[in-house]
Amino acid sequence: MASHHPPRTTNHEPRTPWLVRWLGGEHLVLWLVVLSFVGLLPFTPDLASRENLANLLLTLLPLLVLACGQTVVLITGGIDLSACAIMAVASVVGGLAMNGDTGWLTGSPWAAPVGVLLMLAVGAGLGALNGLSVAVLRMPPFMVTLTTMMAGGGLAIWLIRSETIYNLPPAFNALGGRLALATLITVALAGGAHLLLSRTLLGRWLYAIGHNARMAHISGVPVAGVMLAAYVLSGLLAAAAAVLYTGQAETASPLLGQRLLLDVIAATVIGGTSLFGGRGKVLWTLGGVAFIKLLDNSLNLLNCSFFTITMVKGAVVLAAALLDATRCRLLEAEA
Amino acid sequence: MSALLQFEGITKRFGGVPVLRDITLTVEAGTTLGLVGENGAGKSTLMNILAGNLRSDAGRIFWDGRPFAPAGPAEAAAAGIAFVHQELNLFPNLTIAENLFLTRFPRWGRLPWIRRDALGTQTVRWLREVGLEATPETPVERLSAGERQLVEIARALSLEPRLIIFDEPTTSLSDRETRQFFELMSRLRARGLTMIYISHTLDDVLRLSDRVAVLRDGALVAHGPRADFDAARLVTLMVGRSLNQLYPTRACWEQSVPAPAVRPLLEVHGLTQPGVVRNVSFTLHASEVLGLFGLMGAGRSELARMLFGLEPFARGAVQVAGQPLQGNSPRRRLQHGVAFLTEDRREDGLALEASIADNLALVTLRRHARRGSGWLNRSALAEAVRSIRAAVRLTPTARDTAPARTLSGGNQQKVVLGKWLLAEPQVLILDEPTRGIDVGAKFEIYQLIHQRADAGAGVLLISSELEELIGLCDRILVMRRGELVDELRRPDFDRERILRAALHERTAA
Repeated sequence: MASHHPPRTTNHEPRTPWLVRWLGGEHLVLWLVVLSFVGLLPFTPDLASRENLANLLLTLLPLLVLACGQTVVLITGGIDLSACAIMAVASVVGGLAMNGDTGWLTGSPWAAPVGVLLMLAVGAGLGALNGLSVAVLRMPPFMVTLTTMMAGGGLAIWLIRSETIYNLPPAFNALGGRLALATLITVALAGGAHLLLSRTLLGRWLYAIGHNARMAHISGVPVAGVMLAAYVLSGLLAAAAAVLYTGQAETASPLLGQRLLLDVIAATVIGGTSLFGGRGKVLWTLGGVAFIKLLDNSLNLLNCSFFTITMVKGAVVLAAALLDATRCRLLEAEA
Repeated sequence: MSALLQFEGITKRFGGVPVLRDITLTVEAGTTLGLVGENGAGKSTLMNILAGNLRSDAGRIFWDGRPFAPAGPAEAAAAGIAFVHQELNLFPNLTIAENLFLTRFPRWGRLPWIRRDALGTQTVRWLREVGLEATPETPVERLSAGERQLVEIARALSLEPRLIIFDEPTTSLSDRETRQFFELMSRLRARGLTMIYISHTLDDVLRLSDRVAVLRDGALVAHGPRADFDAARLVTLMVGRSLNQLYPTRACWEQSVPAPAVRPLLEVHGLTQPGVVRNVSFTLHASEVLGLFGLMGAGRSELARMLFGLEPFARGAVQVAGQPLQGNSPRRRLQHGVAFLTEDRREDGLALEASIADNLALVTLRRHARRGSGWLNRSALAEAVRSIRAAVRLTPTARDTAPARTLSGGNQQKVVLGKWLLAEPQVLILDEPTRGIDVGAKFEIYQLIHQRADAGAGVLLISSELEELIGLCDRILVMRRGELVDELRRPDFDRERILRAALHERTAA
């Protein structure tokens, strides 16, 4: 990333100031994460402590998985508001199936793997519901996923009557709770999403649809199928995030990820993925997620109340949007 | 006569590339200046500086003898400069009247209520002036492209400007509307309005202007009274070399070369869609360039869209190389070897924000993907992009990763054509492939069309420019109000007969 270092004295392009190049660079957010980490360190030395870093990473992982799904959908020019509700339903269904007291799979050695598959199936199914409504019935993604969010949230609570389910199989809890394992799963999923977007036919088609769906249709892209795939993928990744979260908490709960939706969307957009489609990368999303999580974590360490954290986060998201608008303008002027 | 407008040493660079070099030019009050040049020559940039959309890097403008540097379009409009843009700048969801008076609704004194009656009468006045038969309450989205252009002109006139700039005003007008527009221009000239007229149709420029200025690569290469110019000289000045001919010739037109064997490729039988096309039957042969001529609204584009599966038809049958077409999606058409370059390259030809390489690769992407996983072979993909860039002679200065938006119109069209040519289609349908692009790029696109036909493909070429069809085609079909009304072979091409067939509507009925 040497190109981001300011003073390049040889300077074959004298009219591109380093600030513009830095602001326009695609890893700006990752740099901001590093800068804010270093900047916050003097105020909260605990930030760099071993336990804190482990904790930070552990909570970052499921958010990243969720945000990868969101990235895929945003690239098509859509949005998935239901991701967190899908996560809650998957968590509850998994809990109902696997718990040691009343679960359908109680005592079976296959409880954990079958439970995970069941959760993924729930995610894919709800995602397919979104996808079919958007791609085949041509309903606006915002409305479709909003209703799925409301219905899904209700369904999750109704399924277990507001209870919380404990006593999940240890093998299952390890998936989300053991840092190394959870990291491995997340890296695999995010890496897979990255390769899908950058190196496969489906990935190119997702971008093409986000840029100009009519043009894509005329150019022979199976638009409906690709849109369906995007929402199914988002649902699947939401279910995978449910596996991580549920394992981490060792409880299945319909309230899982209730407040997460805005974090997910904010993180994705801060990373640089466009709400209008056609632009976005997993690597950018990683930066956005890390930034949001770092903010959360450091404000927590500074003993800020939940409300203060929310307000500061709002302000920071606004600032990020402003930064994005500024750099788009700068890049436009450069072009 | 006095100078209303003077440019003095206007210079402008975009990111280091000079687009205007030291332009000095005077426009006398009450005259019409014809401004010509290839796309990217700097015409629009110069006009945008005058209209306050851009700032010049050096040089001055004098308006009415006083230095003038508009900070924005509003300031230019207040000074009496109106700009009719090439791209339409209307709000489709609003009515004609609202579009005309958006920033200055007639009101009850200073109260925030709109005087609907005054709005209506004032709008009707301007619509009558431009010859558009529509009520002020018509939403703009219900108008055709040509009618929208007239609304745009009406809006410019309603500002009662002293200078009006027309940037390619006739590209989306039908013949009748174009004639009306020219009449309007002569009325405006008689009234003493100063005009700047930008167009690629050189005959129109020569007919309508008092003086002509030619830009090439940002520099003013010639300027003088129109009597000094003719179309051939203008072309030479614009491209900087002399084009011996406007259209390439095909080898098979020579007597000595035997005509290719006649093999039907695309067979259309009795295609009918009520209100759009009626009982259309024709055959396109291998190695043939078949022209389709008709006025706006004759159903040419609709016919093409039906053939490509974008619009439904009620009755009829279509066969490609003897196979009846299956299904109704562009994807299936591609599998049959049919490609379709649409009329509107910005709306459905290109992803403007996507890179040049991604645009070029889109149609044939599947060929470079492994079955099952969809894993792309990136080196094969890059090789395909490289080869097609060379084949369509895309400007070498644009990088593969640059957004398609940054290209000039001619190069954008080469990208669209290139993405279809990569599929090596056996039937190539082209809808207005050279609209709004410069002379040099046009010639190169003509050559590509002939190359494809020489390689055995059938080309169905739709154009509003009759000269173009006569110059390029082996055969021309004439369409009028949804029906095919005439067919001519190359030896029998007759401008007058074609036009008569296309126009001859009410008298024949």
